Amino acid sequence: MGSYIGIFMGALVINNFTLSYFLGLCPFFGVSGRVTTALRLGLANIFVMLITAFCAWALNTYVLPYAPYLNIISYILVIASTVQFVEMVIKKLSPELFRALGIFLPLITTNCAILGLAIFMTNKGFGLGQGLVYALGAGGGVTLALVLMAGLREEAELSDIPSMMRGTAMNLIIAGLLSLAFMGFAGLFSAG
Amino acid sequence: MSAPTSSAQAYAEFVKGLWKENPVFVQVLGMCPMLAVTNSAVNAVAMGAATLFVLVGSSFLVSLLRNHIPKQVRISAYIIIIATFVTVIDYLLKAAAPDIHRELGAFIALIVVNCLILGRQEAFASRNTVKMAVADALGMSAGFAFALLCLGSVREILGSGSLFGVSLFGPNFEPWVVMILPPGGFIMLGLILLFFAWLQERAKARRGASAAQGGA
Repeated sequence: MGSYIGIFMGALVINNFTLSYFLGLCPFFGVSGRVTTALRLGLANIFVMLITAFCAWALNTYVLPYAPYLNIISYILVIASTVQFVEMVIKKLSPELFRALGIFLPLITTNCAILGLAIFMTNKGFGLGQGLVYALGAGGGVTLALVLMAGLREEAELSDIPSMMRGTAMNLIIAGLLSLAFMGFAGLFSAG
Repeated sequence: MSAPTSSAQAYAEFVKGLWKENPVFVQVLGMCPMLAVTNSAVNAVAMGAATLFVLVGSSFLVSLLRNHIPKQVRISAYIIIIATFVTVIDYLLKAAAPDIHRELGAFIALIVVNCLILGRQEAFASRNTVKMAVADALGMSAGFAFALLCLGSVREILGSGSLFGVSLFGPNFEPWVVMILPPGGFIMLGLILLFFAWLQERAKARRGASAAQGGA
């Protein structure tokens, strides 16, 4: 049980996917303008990551031992098509959930955080249970980073900032400060 | 189109990626590998070379097959082509330079989701001749490598006091460690983009001033 908590916290704050592995930066800068949008994108991310962890586990167990050189291609194809399939199921079963998360699904399916999750999980040798916990932690970490960033950007919009600095340059520096703050979590567990 | 104009055009496609449409400084694409592997200049060069290989290879193949790939499945087809080249470079680096492969780790595999590469296939290689597509891919990846090298060398100089592993300031230099850690990457790229925004602003002001003079 302790190892599960370690995996979860490690992925959530210590090795935060966005702020210390630099994964999934495109949506991080693209969609972090409003807190509500950021939260929804984060939830969609958790959802896709859970599917990814399951797909990666299935591929690692049943397919890749026979053809290890196919790993990158098969992760991408299987993840993308599974997400597409689940998207259609949700659209049928719960249109409300689809309206809340649906538009983000294509955006994050081929995102580096998703492929990164599959690769890191494989490198660490996680099984299905550990993989799902890892995905939950990583998705939660991405959500946390997105919501914090969106909050800061909403504040920054009302402040008096030189016009040159608005946009990506300022967002990067804000992200740098956030990342600096997250480094403080590094001592939380000895084994991240 | 006659031969000299076509090679002049190919040259123009090559040059635009270096500066005017630089993928990192102007279009802000491919940020993840950009920030993740630039803690030393050597890593930056290796990443730039790997991206060059993948981008040129897949642009060549996509543009060669552009009339045979059905429109509906083109994105999947591009991704498979890109992933094939990424697998090749992954195994190549593992065999030829295992140290660099270990340093870059998962980020070699993650080239496949670099939006710069898919973006060039969709926006350029699928609509142009092989020659133009390769020229464009060479220019874009050279621009990307240039940006990686800028960020990588600044971070290595400040963060470890060396460049390409050669110590610059001697033993008395106190390294600014935060620069080779994740926050340094974000902040340094922010400052570099700020510098570019300043350059653009200044150029615009100058153009405005000269236009006003011309009008008067």
